[in-house]
Amino acid sequence: MERNAMGKLGLIVKREYLAKVRNKSFIIMTILSPILIVGMILLIAYLTKLNDGEKRIITVLNESSFFSNEFKPGQNVSYVHLKNVSLDQAKDSTIALGYFGLLHIPGGDDMEDVAQATYLFTKENPNTTVTEGLERLFQKKLRLKRLQELGVSSDEFTGIEKPFVMNLSTFDGERSIKGITEIKAFIGGAFGYAIMMFIIIYGGFVMRSVIEEKTSRIIEVIISSVKPFQLMLGKIIGTSFAGLTQFIIWIVSASVLLFLSVLILGIDLSVLTAESTLPTSGINGVAELQTSGLDGDMLLYAREIVNIPWGLLIGSFLIYFILGYLIYSSIYAAIGAAVDNETDTQQFIFPIILPLMLAIYVGFFSVFSNPHGPIAVGFSLFPLTSPIVMLMRLPGGIGEGGVPLWQLLLSIALLIGAFLGIVWLASKIYRVGILMYGKRPTYKELFKWLKY
Amino acid sequence: MHHILVAQNVSKSYGDFKALSNISLEIPENKIYGLLGPNGAGKTTFIRIVNQIIYPDTGQLVFDGKPLAPEHIATIGYLPEERGLYKSMKVGEQALYLAQLKGLSKADAKKRLKEWFERFEIGEWWDKKIQELSKGMAQKIQFIVTVLHRPKLLIFDEPFSGFDPINANIIKDEILRLKEEGTSIIFSTHRMESVEELCEYIALIHKSEKILDGKLSEIKNAYKNNIFNVLLQIDDSVNGLQQDIKEKFNVLSSKPDREEGSWAISIQLPSTDTKGVLAELSKYGNVSRFEEVIPSANDIFIKTVNGKERNG
Repeated sequence: MERNAMGKLGLIVKREYLAKVRNKSFIIMTILSPILIVGMILLIAYLTKLNDGEKRIITVLNESSFFSNEFKPGQNVSYVHLKNVSLDQAKDSTIALGYFGLLHIPGGDDMEDVAQATYLFTKENPNTTVTEGLERLFQKKLRLKRLQELGVSSDEFTGIEKPFVMNLSTFDGERSIKGITEIKAFIGGAFGYAIMMFIIIYGGFVMRSVIEEKTSRIIEVIISSVKPFQLMLGKIIGTSFAGLTQFIIWIVSASVLLFLSVLILGIDLSVLTAESTLPTSGINGVAELQTSGLDGDMLLYAREIVNIPWGLLIGSFLIYFILGYLIYSSIYAAIGAAVDNETDTQQFIFPIILPLMLAIYVGFFSVFSNPHGPIAVGFSLFPLTSPIVMLMRLPGGIGEGGVPLWQLLLSIALLIGAFLGIVWLASKIYRVGILMYGKRPTYKELFKWLKY
Repeated sequence: MHHILVAQNVSKSYGDFKALSNISLEIPENKIYGLLGPNGAGKTTFIRIVNQIIYPDTGQLVFDGKPLAPEHIATIGYLPEERGLYKSMKVGEQALYLAQLKGLSKADAKKRLKEWFERFEIGEWWDKKIQELSKGMAQKIQFIVTVLHRPKLLIFDEPFSGFDPINANIIKDEILRLKEEGTSIIFSTHRMESVEELCEYIALIHKSEKILDGKLSEIKNAYKNNIFNVLLQIDDSVNGLQQDIKEKFNVLSSKPDREEGSWAISIQLPSTDTKGVLAELSKYGNVSRFEEVIPSANDIFIKTVNGKERNG
């Protein structure tokens, strides 16, 4: 009998899987999504390059004795020096040559006065990268001059300019570095985000599949052969396999596409990781250090990332992913059973999405700033948010300095408890709901169904 | 007589709503058993309990001599009133899937399906999707899927709804053939015409209670009221005769037809004893018809349901 039941479950899983992966819109989504994603990345990279890649040529008419070899060609700007021409001639020739602008430094004895009287003439408003670059250049020169007036030599000045970086250490003497907490939370956040997306997409699939069985009226035929719980479970498992198939196809094909297009089109993706486009201060920290040339710290970062307990993280990801998905998709199945058509689902879906969104936002705001604060701990224990929030905390490891072991165990225990309870409740609502036609139930009625 | 299914004091409530109260039924083997009652009487609830889709609050069911258990699912075939198929799934694939869920091996299911498809001459439907078929065509597939695993007990809930008269006849013949082959059949309906033709035994359920059950012919006999339809051939002067007859018999209705020269009356006798009645009637003219009125299932149905309503 047991084997028979397993065999039927297998049949249901297979049917649900095949029905899903043969579905036209599913196939189209599977093929199109990586193309769209890669296309978007390439487009952004291309546009970024196009935008910043434009080399601006500025003519310099320097009538003073203070600036000579300061104007070195940079990433975006290069300079052409004009000599022995009037300002008007310089303007004319700059326009005639189609250059970006003209920098006019008038003659004078006092550098401060000269700087004050300097103008940048352009056809259109220059962007901030250009003006800030020039301003930095002047400021540096002026500061040097002012310090020299105060009796500071240029060697001493270089000494003053040396940047300061706070040394960080844990109590047991291991050196820690700036921004690593954020990087770790970001990696955990990526796992949590993947779980949320999977739940929302494939939970929705489960729900629509239940509604389809109700509207096509096949449900009673099926449950005269198998138990409603078997059908629900088979549906959830089959859909998740279809989802995994899709996810794997997406990841593999997007990587291959991205790799190929970079090779063929020669688009430099590094523009995307340039300092200005990075969202988190954590990775900004890396970039700053990189520019400061502190290679020793880069090693530290690499070591820290390698030292992230990947085994623990991936193991926990699997536990939280499977339990979280089962909890949420069984709720989705119950909703699908309770209604007659998809438009009626809205009122029930909002309360499911809410804890997921909350988990993501609490994760990004609270866990990033304080992975072991009371909010982070609370949300990483609460079963409906723990699959996301705990994963954001876990890259810090367990035990000292990381998540206390008891919190991890309690969180998983609570999740298992919630899993058993919620799946039990959901299957009761499902069992009654699939045979109810014609009206949209209220929450009160759903509660009554639990007693049927 | 052996019973395929015996229900003992089965009750089921949904919250405050009583769907079945203390129902006891004995469903004989290899017969067609009509489960009758108005909409919402509790027929579908009872059928779902037999199919173990839901479970009774109290009472038990005995299937083929053993307490009803999950393994009996494979020996029951059920055509629900609310029925349908996966619209975007191909006919053959879908039929195989449903047959396998009933415990058939894939090879067996395929072999039997081919036989059925040949019988209904629908072989070319195998690779079509259900959504490409008409409603009647889909119902045929549904019927095949219901009976494919050769169940001991077949349960049909309003089987003829959705069929045009021609296809309804084909299905009716198939049901009769299955019965000939030894299958026991429960036939649930609120439409009485088909009951007379098919059912040997009936049970009448009304507002969650069984109000009548037994062999249809015996029930009919019990519901006879000694009413007879008489057709008299007369010359004229019906009016005078009418008075005479009305004095002697309890005339329930009379319908003279002067052109035909006949008079149709229906009379109720004090007992089943018809001796002398014919002779008495013959005095007024030739009796061309004299027959006892056997109540139809429909009459019994309406009468008992209304009687029940009146008595509370």
